[in-house]
Amino acid sequence: MSELKSNIPEGPLKDKWTKHKNDINLVNPANKRNIDVIVVGTGLAGGSAAATLAELGYNVKTFCYQDSPRRAHSIAAQGGINAAKNYQGDGDSNYRLFYDTVKGGDYRSREANVYRLAEVSANIIDQCVAQGVPFAREYGGLLDNRSFGGVLVSRTFYAKGQTGQQLLLGAYSAMNRQINRGKIEAFNRHEMLDLVLVDGKARGIIARDLVTGEIERHSAHAVVLASGGYGNVFFLSTNAMGSNVMAAWRAHRRGAYFANPCYTQIHPTCIPVSGDHQSKLTLMSESLRNDGRIWVPKKKEDAEAIRAGKLKPTDLKEEDRDYYLERRYPAFGNLVPRDVASRAAKERCDAGFGVNKTGEAVYLDFKSAIMRYGKEEALIHGNHNPSDKEIYDYGKKVVENKYGNLFQMYEKIVDEDPYTTPMMIYPAVHYTMGGLWVDYNLQTTIPGCYAAGEANFSDHGANRLGASALMQGLADGYFVLPYTIGDYLSKDIRTGKIPTDSPEFDQAEKDVRDRMTKLMNGSGKHSVDYYHKKLGKIMWNKCGMARNAKELQEAMDEIAELRADFWENVKVPGSLDSKNAELEKAGRVADFLELGELFAKDALTRNESCGGHFREEYQTPEGEALRDDENFSFVSAWEYNDNPREAKLHKEQLTFENIEVKTRSYK
Amino acid sequence: MKLTLKIWRQENAKAKGAMKTYQIDGIEGDMSFLEMLDVLNEDLINKGEVPVEFDHDCREGICGSCSLQINGEPHGPDRLVTTCQLHMRKFNDGDTITIEPFRATAFPVITDLIVDRTAFDRIQQAGGYISVNTSGNTIDANSIPVNKHDADDAFSAATCIGCGACVAACKNASAMLFTSAKVSQYALLPQGQVEAVERVENMVRQMDLEGFGNCTNTGACEIECPKGISLENIARMNREYLSATTKG
Repeated sequence: MSELKSNIPEGPLKDKWTKHKNDINLVNPANKRNIDVIVVGTGLAGGSAAATLAELGYNVKTFCYQDSPRRAHSIAAQGGINAAKNYQGDGDSNYRLFYDTVKGGDYRSREANVYRLAEVSANIIDQCVAQGVPFAREYGGLLDNRSFGGVLVSRTFYAKGQTGQQLLLGAYSAMNRQINRGKIEAFNRHEMLDLVLVDGKARGIIARDLVTGEIERHSAHAVVLASGGYGNVFFLSTNAMGSNVMAAWRAHRRGAYFANPCYTQIHPTCIPVSGDHQSKLTLMSESLRNDGRIWVPKKKEDAEAIRAGKLKPTDLKEEDRDYYLERRYPAFGNLVPRDVASRAAKERCDAGFGVNKTGEAVYLDFKSAIMRYGKEEALIHGNHNPSDKEIYDYGKKVVENKYGNLFQMYEKIVDEDPYTTPMMIYPAVHYTMGGLWVDYNLQTTIPGCYAAGEANFSDHGANRLGASALMQGLADGYFVLPYTIGDYLSKDIRTGKIPTDSPEFDQAEKDVRDRMTKLMNGSGKHSVDYYHKKLGKIMWNKCGMARNAKELQEAMDEIAELRADFWENVKVPGSLDSKNAELEKAGRVADFLELGELFAKDALTRNESCGGHFREEYQTPEGEALRDDENFSFVSAWEYNDNPREAKLHKEQLTFENIEVKTRSYK
Repeated sequence: MKLTLKIWRQENAKAKGAMKTYQIDGIEGDMSFLEMLDVLNEDLINKGEVPVEFDHDCREGICGSCSLQINGEPHGPDRLVTTCQLHMRKFNDGDTITIEPFRATAFPVITDLIVDRTAFDRIQQAGGYISVNTSGNTIDANSIPVNKHDADDAFSAATCIGCGACVAACKNASAMLFTSAKVSQYALLPQGQVEAVERVENMVRQMDLEGFGNCTNTGACEIECPKGISLENIARMNREYLSATTKG
């Protein structure tokens, strides 16, 4: 296989995207009508890409496993979306957003992609407001901002604690406009089961109608995969139950390289696990760290007493609390990036200072924020001598306005009132920075197969900053892919409709049918969940927040063994030709069982600590991540092998010309 | 907890369905309602039976996938939550729980507890958008100031997750709360004014075509709505509709 070509345009960083847009080929409007594009996934990246491509004139088919495009998991994003608008006048700029993102990613992302992301970020906000997305506003009627981790400016736009839903409904409304015009045909409750290549190019997919079980062939001139991340390889994560790696993994099997699988984001503020029955984890938005202070008891005996239920957190005096993030990272305090905050929580809990029955939780406390806001509000209301109770009541109202729905959600799940007792939180798997390798044009190593949003690897390096996923999804879908794909499709104006009765489609459909029959014919010893939970435990214990060579090797062996057991003994009830949730799950878990092993292999190969990838062997005396720029400043792009541990590594060297690479410090 | 579950089982859209009774044990208060169903399904699978199909995805109350009529109420007895955020601590040991799909002519059953809610998508496709191209070449976001009160009301209307509880709660199976939430979001924003007349006309026409019933101001929808969407939206849509028909 040839060297990876990132196809980054020549010229100064800030001119690359403009120059590239001017240089690439266009397709004339009359020809666009003869070109078909398939978009798999209808979240922020897929929904926005589908709408824009249809608007440009291409014939678009969208596919999602949910019953409506509006339910894609982007909907669950809470906190916000970044944009270098500098509305607050606090010194923000495209360069600063670019800088923060590259630094936040621990210098493992591609400069040119990240700069383009920063460059188009402001347009996203303009676009969404024009679509009627109801962002939070100040009393003067202008847009409000807040801060997220790892940055020193306020550049995050938000819609209370449900920014994701509002942005997704914006993209969904743009899709609806095109569906109404007949330019998008939406295949909901459909799952992509394979990618079809003709003459080495992506020319279609095999999909299953999840209601009737029918296997369908769909052809197109290009295929866009916007199918999200693979956090569910851990079983427990903040992803939706159905989130899966199938579309990306099927493309990987057909030749697309998979990049940096070991870069996983473990989010510091999630509701802790309550028991073995747990099916998923719930995030408490990072925006809470704007006002919440994170602490554990300073004394071990207090932590023990709390775990035993003999002491309440509110009984602990100020001097008996350890605000460990403020102590260790005075410059950024509670707003350090996610990887740093997660590791710090694990460190305290491992050292015996954790709370909750399990000892795997820390406090997120709003008391000082409530009192601070309360004093301010009292003054605004002309009350110059308020009682503590009055201050509390004023302050509670402010906090309720900002985070009300999150507090309500916490109370429903945990059955405790976070206004009167601190929240308990613990890190959980949330996002995957790794994904399909793509070049500057978002094209994978398969010509005509593109990847957008969380499904690709491109912008976040080894750690994603908060409020950057929504930005990347919409940037890719609205503003990047619709341009770059035109360059490829310009060569297809004379191709005509791609037939679906070719030997390539025959073969792909046969492969799919064989695989499903095999899944149905296991000996029937254990359910799909049994295997998924086992895989999740291996991943969390051996490929989680801290990794080492010995355990990674063990993980690879254990996963390989589990995979063999799965194929032999899995139990899938029901039939092939009807709605069958167990069969859907089985197909997804089969892919996770391959990905998991490659994940461990990738982590084992990367002998350094960077971002979300922390290897215990590589740390500073203070316990911070120790990068090795000399030997590991590259993207790992894996070429598929049936036996994941034999996958072949290709390296894309990363060069930094516009940013000084240094040790990432938030102290 | 030990529970008796009475669950609607229906093989497919054409098959005749019926309630079936199951006994379940070992349920804890910290489990969500859907995790309780996971336990039942794991048990059914191990016994060689076909598990119960139900829609669910995010399990954090925002995607709108989960539905379920629990003891006669959409999303069960708790207020302002979806089924996935309903916890078993709301039930008692020995309870009998009836679980049915959302019932409405416009929501035909697909299988077991899953219904087809694509009628909602078609109402949105009829006009639930602002016709602006996604080129990014729009005006600067802050050149459209919006009165905070209106912006907050538009946001509240936009929090609808499209789950269909309003329809399931309504004795007429009306979709007025759902449709009016979208109409209101745009009616309250300056960006939505240009197409206001066509929007409300087209969306209401589609709503009627889908076979949803009419609104008789009972208010059950507002009480059962997991997002607390207000009846005021229906009043606003009626005003918009009246004004559109007199203009049109």
